[in-house]
Amino acid sequence: MSATEELKPVKKLNLKENYSLLTRGLGWEPTYHTKAAVYPMMAFEGIKIHDWDKWEDPFRLTMDAYWKYQGEKERKLYAIIDAFQQNNGQFQVTDARYVQALKVFINGVTELEYLSHRGFCILSREFEGVGPRIAAQMQSIDELRHAQTQIHAISQYNKYFTGMSCFPYQFDHAWYLSIPKSFFEDAVSSGPFEFITAISFAFEYVLTNLVFMPWMSGAAFNGDMATVSFGFSAQSDEARHMTLGIEVIKFLLEQDPDNLPIVQRWIDKWFWRGYRLLTLLAAMMDYMLPKRVMSWSEAWEIYFEQNGGALFVDLARYGVRMPKYWEVTVKEKGLVSHQLWSTFYQLRHAVAFPVWLPSDDEMDWMSAKYPDTFDKYFRPKYTYWKELEAAGTPYIVDTLPVLCQTCQWPTLFAEPDDPMQTCHRESVYKGETFHFCSDGCKDIFDYEPEKYVHAWMPVQQILQGNCFLPGVDPTAPDFNPLVEALKYMGIKPGIDGGDFATCQDARNWEEWTKRAASMYEAMATPPVATAAE
Amino acid sequence: MTDTVAPEQLVFIALQANSDTISIIEAIMADNPRAVLNEYPAMVKIDAPGRLVIKRETIEEALGRSYDLREIQLNLISLGGSVDESEDEFILEWKRV
Amino acid sequence: MSVRAITPDYHGDFKDTEDKYHGQRLLGLSWDHNGLYTNPFCIPVAPDMPFAALADQVIPKLFGPHPDFSGIDWSKVTWYRGATAFTPDRAKTLDENGIKHKALIRFALPSPGPFARSLGVAA
Repeated sequence: MSATEELKPVKKLNLKENYSLLTRGLGWEPTYHTKAAVYPMMAFEGIKIHDWDKWEDPFRLTMDAYWKYQGEKERKLYAIIDAFQQNNGQFQVTDARYVQALKVFINGVTELEYLSHRGFCILSREFEGVGPRIAAQMQSIDELRHAQTQIHAISQYNKYFTGMSCFPYQFDHAWYLSIPKSFFEDAVSSGPFEFITAISFAFEYVLTNLVFMPWMSGAAFNGDMATVSFGFSAQSDEARHMTLGIEVIKFLLEQDPDNLPIVQRWIDKWFWRGYRLLTLLAAMMDYMLPKRVMSWSEAWEIYFEQNGGALFVDLARYGVRMPKYWEVTVKEKGLVSHQLWSTFYQLRHAVAFPVWLPSDDEMDWMSAKYPDTFDKYFRPKYTYWKELEAAGTPYIVDTLPVLCQTCQWPTLFAEPDDPMQTCHRESVYKGETFHFCSDGCKDIFDYEPEKYVHAWMPVQQILQGNCFLPGVDPTAPDFNPLVEALKYMGIKPGIDGGDFATCQDARNWEEWTKRAASMYEAMATPPVATAAE
Repeated sequence: MTDTVAPEQLVFIALQANSDTISIIEAIMADNPRAVLNEYPAMVKIDAPGRLVIKRETIEEALGRSYDLREIQLNLISLGGSVDESEDEFILEWKRV
Repeated sequence: MSVRAITPDYHGDFKDTEDKYHGQRLLGLSWDHNGLYTNPFCIPVAPDMPFAALADQVIPKLFGPHPDFSGIDWSKVTWYRGATAFTPDRAKTLDENGIKHKALIRFALPSPGPFARSLGVAA
């Protein structure tokens, strides 16, 4: 090579060329092993890929740009978290009930980010194509960042409020957290193509807008700038993940017509599983945000019916139809948040956050937002429960619920056309009966019973006597599996769970802020007048 | 190949509401006369029938400095529609082939 | 139709078989259209418990707080085992009544009581 050639300035690559070098130029053909040996997970799901080079990542993000922009996002985020902490932001939020929503978030959602990090880490090894491997690698790093920033932002609350300090422990032990945990572990333990369809497409493209837009906007509305900042910072990655999700679907369907029925079944399965998981969010939006931006029902209309509907119109050219049972989700949109909150209230001694009945003002908001359902099916029950509380005989249920074998919620949902009748479905598989909350969950089990018979069902485990701390003798005559199970789950009676009005967080909030623990109620102990005597 | 856009299906982009995005939102609204701006606490969501084009040049004029379209990642919250990104344009659309 | 797995003939262990319940079995109980309880209950029961004991002792303990419970005319109640209506024999055991491990037993009134109606259950 001559000296003049060396000095010749390199032609600046455009975005497409740059991206192409990263995702094509860095791959190589194996010589001393077969491709099937190097990528052993590519075949068993039945997906057929003929040409990985047809993969197109629309964002074409190269590594230099990735680190540059992620670094900037982190700097912005941490500037806000610092300001939040320095200004005692944890006491500037609406009230102490809002904090309970963060408790649900750190215990039930943050771990999903971490599981997602692990899932994409696996994909970044397993995919044969370089383009999707790079995208999976970036996403794996993103998801780890989300877990870390959420833990960091919420750590400030942990200094002042109960129930957040053992979140990884609770995620692995608390009965209702088996719902998010089993969702993600179901995905991680499937194959690479199912995982990416489940998480990138069905969950992130179709459903997570509901988490990060109306919910995070709600956090802002309630004065929580730390949460809204990590939420939006995460969601800016999510936009890239969503385009990965839609690209995956198009790529799989363009590669081989035989992929369509497999992909459609995954869309059906993971839409339903994700939808059921989001019931938690529905209750958080309608009940745990003291100031509300929109109802769950409105959010479902905007983000699923309208935006998701547009997506499926677009995908129709590949032969993909709307996810099975989407009509049920529309019928249920006026019900699920209220059904779940009622269930939490009924089981409030067994969850790790305190529960309350909505105030009269909030019930009026619900009547306005849910004109067809709230006054008819839920206001009378809340009114009755308030009467019982006022009479000093509060309603409580201390019997364990029947759980759905697929989604692991108590079977709390109604028949789609009969809101006051619980939906019961069951299957008998190899002589054993399994229960489900819906046709959607029953279908999922019936297709893969080999997998779901193995599910770790909390109620069953408690009743088998498997949930107790070391040192406890389950054969002792006074062994109480329910009491021991609460200890095992890290739920401390009188501190976690129970009634909000008397919980430690509410009492501390009033003492420290001199404001009511619920913005809709008077202070439990009015502040002492400080006027001169 | 001719792309015919199904006009009834909305595409959208959601951005954080902050001082960076004031000019970006302005530029998007100027380039997309059919777009609708929805404002929520801390965020905006811009809906448009069929197609939304974000142009580097218009943003640069509004910002008064050079702008790499990939910077939009910093303030992006979510989007709906197929993405086509180049140095000059960031396009969201529902294509009908 | 079955799971596709990297391991040929994969099958997870059954986690909740009857032998794991120390001589008891699981029973689901639900009252149709009761309006109050948000989910069916799951309890461990002895297979040789007479149905009469379930009806006279267990069920009142679980559902007794419901204001309509005391007014139920049990001769008019329809019992379901899973989706199928059946007529329990009070003198026989749960097992002899076909109530196997993890069965769900429901009971339905001919029409909802006044309290259930006040909670929105259609008459």
